[in-house]
Amino acid sequence: MAQPFRLSRGGRIDRSRPIVFAFNGKPVHGYAGDTVASALLANGIHLVGRSFKYHRPRGILSHGPDEPSALLSVDRGPGRIDPNNRASVVEARSGLRTTSQNHWPSLEFDVGAVNDLLSPVFVAGFYYKTFMWPRKFWDKVYEPFIRAAAGLGKAPTVADPDRYANRHAHCDVLVVGAGPAGLAAALAAARTGKRVILADEGAEPGGSLLHDTTSQIDGRPAADWLAETLAELDGRENVILLPRTTAFGYYNHNHVAMTERVTDHLASAAGQAPRERLWQVRAEQVVLAGGAHERPLVFADNDRPGILLAESVRVFLNRYGVAPGRRLVFATCGASAYQAALDARAAGLDVTLVDLRLEADCGPELAQLRSAGAEVLTGHTVVGSKGRKRVTGLIVAPVGSDGRCGGRRLLACDCVGMSGGWTPAVHLFSQSRGKLRYDDAIDAFVPNISAQAERSAGAARGTYDLAACVNEGFAAGAAAAGSDERQEVRATPTLTGFQPVRIMPTDANPTKVRAFVDYQNDVTAKDIKLAVREGFQSIEHVKRYTTTGMATDQGKTSNMNALGIVAGQLDKALPAVGTTTFRPPYTPVTFGALVGPARHALFDPIRTTPIHEWAEAHGALFENVALWRRAWYFPKAGEDLHAAVARECKAVREGVGIFDASTLGKIEIVGRDAAEFMNRLYINPWTKLAPGRCRYGLMLKEDGYILDDGVVARVSDECFHVTTTTGGAARVLAHMEDYLQTEWPELEVFLTSTTEQWAVIALQGPKARDVIAPLVDGIDLSPEAFPHMAMRSGTICGVPTRLFRVSFTGELGFEINVPSDHARAVWEAVFAAGRAHGITPYGTETMHVLRAEKGYIIVGQETDGTVTPDDVGMAGMIPKAKGDFVGKRSLARPDVVASGRKQLVGLMTDDPKLVLDEGAQIVADTAQPIPMRMLGHVTSSYWSANCGRSIALALVEGGRERVGGHLHVTTPDGFTRVTVCEPVFFDTKGERINA
Amino acid sequence: MLLIACPHCGKRPETEFRCGGQAHIARPADPSTVDDGAWSEHLFVRANPKGVHAERWCHVHGCGRWFNARRDTVSDRFIETYPMGAKPTQSTQSETRA
Repeated sequence: MAQPFRLSRGGRIDRSRPIVFAFNGKPVHGYAGDTVASALLANGIHLVGRSFKYHRPRGILSHGPDEPSALLSVDRGPGRIDPNNRASVVEARSGLRTTSQNHWPSLEFDVGAVNDLLSPVFVAGFYYKTFMWPRKFWDKVYEPFIRAAAGLGKAPTVADPDRYANRHAHCDVLVVGAGPAGLAAALAAARTGKRVILADEGAEPGGSLLHDTTSQIDGRPAADWLAETLAELDGRENVILLPRTTAFGYYNHNHVAMTERVTDHLASAAGQAPRERLWQVRAEQVVLAGGAHERPLVFADNDRPGILLAESVRVFLNRYGVAPGRRLVFATCGASAYQAALDARAAGLDVTLVDLRLEADCGPELAQLRSAGAEVLTGHTVVGSKGRKRVTGLIVAPVGSDGRCGGRRLLACDCVGMSGGWTPAVHLFSQSRGKLRYDDAIDAFVPNISAQAERSAGAARGTYDLAACVNEGFAAGAAAAGSDERQEVRATPTLTGFQPVRIMPTDANPTKVRAFVDYQNDVTAKDIKLAVREGFQSIEHVKRYTTTGMATDQGKTSNMNALGIVAGQLDKALPAVGTTTFRPPYTPVTFGALVGPARHALFDPIRTTPIHEWAEAHGALFENVALWRRAWYFPKAGEDLHAAVARECKAVREGVGIFDASTLGKIEIVGRDAAEFMNRLYINPWTKLAPGRCRYGLMLKEDGYILDDGVVARVSDECFHVTTTTGGAARVLAHMEDYLQTEWPELEVFLTSTTEQWAVIALQGPKARDVIAPLVDGIDLSPEAFPHMAMRSGTICGVPTRLFRVSFTGELGFEINVPSDHARAVWEAVFAAGRAHGITPYGTETMHVLRAEKGYIIVGQETDGTVTPDDVGMAGMIPKAKGDFVGKRSLARPDVVASGRKQLVGLMTDDPKLVLDEGAQIVADTAQPIPMRMLGHVTSSYWSANCGRSIALALVEGGRERVGGHLHVTTPDGFTRVTVCEPVFFDTKGERINA
Repeated sequence: MLLIACPHCGKRPETEFRCGGQAHIARPADPSTVDDGAWSEHLFVRANPKGVHAERWCHVHGCGRWFNARRDTVSDRFIETYPMGAKPTQSTQSETRA
């Protein structure tokens, strides 16, 4: 018979819409409105997993998101399998395939259960004491074993095909939690006309009202109050209702992040809808009404399938119409479990209740339950349970006033509902940096001092009575909306109050008692006591040593019990021990929701130059430089990188090469004080640089180290065309703006980024002038009229140009700056004109080799933020008479003028065919003991076709004094010998550039 | 994510800004007269108060202007923001909280 444990009436499930899904391959029947947990229980399925460490059989503990044990892998279709879903949160629907985790070969028969027998070995912190020796076992033996054993579910192996959306929202009042307090708060705020967002993690808003079948609010059933309130909220334009939406993080200045589960519960995803939506809300005021969590009781074997939280039994009965058993025993130290017991009796189930409290300490609930026909044992403790894969009995004993246990009694049962009291959910409050205080009367940490514009209401601040929750909620919502409207409802009094107990009294030997505190990480009371005995006193240390509270449930059901046990061991009051830090997310969040649309092509913006498509069409391969795509090399058929670059390098020096340098940063610096500003920002002098001349500028940070470099052209008295490295463009402009705005606002200077406005077509090689001569108008290109390091304005192919005669290759060279819109056309015209001269397109790899042959540095390759001008041989660029500039004072710092600094040199390997590794370390003596004295490293290294051998640049201690000597450089197999030389390998006199 | 009131643009989210560290540190008018110790202090030593801190911010993805702010480093509350070159309403030299 399907669903043998479904009650014939009751519940909010829709009995007219039956569904069927799979659990471990077998069909499970349920109704629309079920969670996977409620449907499993309706079918009498309690064993749903194996615990993390000991592989103990585990069942469903809770009805809600605090579930620690019933973690299932859920398969929603191809590419949509994910592990560790709480069965109580997954909405059941037809077509779902769910499987249990952490067992082999099967859930019923799991070899891993041997760990349970070995539990004396696997105590808290065991991995700090094991797997240490011998060291060589770590790679091949221990690590593979631990990896195989670690974790619970299996990670997906296919890319996530779902879409995740991201929305920013602003509102006047954000209410988190749609239970009685939250609903009342939203109502109060909404009625003032303010913009309200009400979010609840459940599929249906209502919180505790969804399973309260007996209370009345203002003379009518709670369910009616719920329906009316929702109808009013839904009807208001100024209210956004968000069910299935968990507020998981409370960040600065009332920035709250939430995930909305949009389509997981739908049998067929509605067309274009995203699977989830991340909401980032900025609220003027926040009301936190997220409720409270029930505590388990800590007794031996309190983790058998069929042992649930008492309120969860009530929820399964009343909300889902499911009896988690037919013979129930409730174990408690407080009043709320009596309500669950009463509801179970009303459903016709056999009920016994065991209360640690003495008869005299109980309230009206005691008489109520007895007259409903349940046996109630007061002054009794629970010392154990029976039943391996399903609880079959609870072992109880009376406790005398001396704390000693009397004779044991076995209560036969198939379901236990336990209640150790309540813990307000203060996670979001704490994330907001609010301060908690310990409320002795309810044995709970409650919100005390707010740090942000928020307030808590209801069970979230320790109020458990229904009328009080509604009224408190209303007041909070009104205050958040700036109103002093009040409302006083009357409601059936709630059964509240409990006597806190950390570990249930027992007559057993404490070293043999395995009473679980943290279910998901398999941490027992024994483990926590062991940690304290081993000297851990801070709750933060105990948490990390035992891992209690560190699982995906973040200790929702375990933190207070753990804290209480530590306090007991240290003989300190609870507030003196304190709580651990609450961190987002409140419950697990998918990576997809956080990534949103920023995937694949949208992960990072890509910047391309106007020449990009031409390069693609001509076979270029590309590399990333910052966010730019740059042509790396242009292989011909059959060429690899090595062959292509060798050909390109020779072609440039023997004929002419064309290179896209458009990515270089460009800044137009204009104003009356432009030259003065340039003087202060660069090491070079600029005042006397004539319009139409260029200079290689070197820029330092205030600490004296090189920040960036680039050729600068003086356009006019008050205008400079400055270039920077590709990766440094934004940094340099920001650096300049900083000084202009914050140090020298009196200077009249204007800075404009023109990086994307000017495309740069570099033409390098002996034939360069011949190629462009027919295309250029208004500029005398002869060497006398247009020397190296000059800039002329004119037109090329009818397009305005700033034509630079500069070279990064050491050959005759031009950089044709044209407005980007014309770049492609001009490039193609230059290329066509160059055909007769054998023009060769080349990429960044060749560019790197050619400049290295000449010893030209690249900032970020030869420099790393700790390199000075003198280190790279450029101290001579600073004129003695020059005044102050950024970095000048630091060049006199003791550390900077000290001898032994690393200096730029060239390296030539004994074996000319061997190309050194960039980053390789350099030593003087290979026979010295390890750790060796390292003198520096290789900064650039290439095969040079033009030199017919390998070349390298390096930074070496006292490098310039070592020229002519030998050093040794690391290779993957050892060392190789090199000769230190000047950092230039081709055309050492530099004659070719003046052609 | 902080909500920062740019003096020119109003309240904008933190991702539009860059923090520039401690405020009101003037570059010495003549660095050549500053000794090594004082220069090192100027370059590298900054206040790190547990309490109100005066710092510089730049609205990089907005108006591009630098401005000053006084922020409580414990609560992240911004007490005030004010234009570059202006003075705070209250001096902050390492106002530390107990």
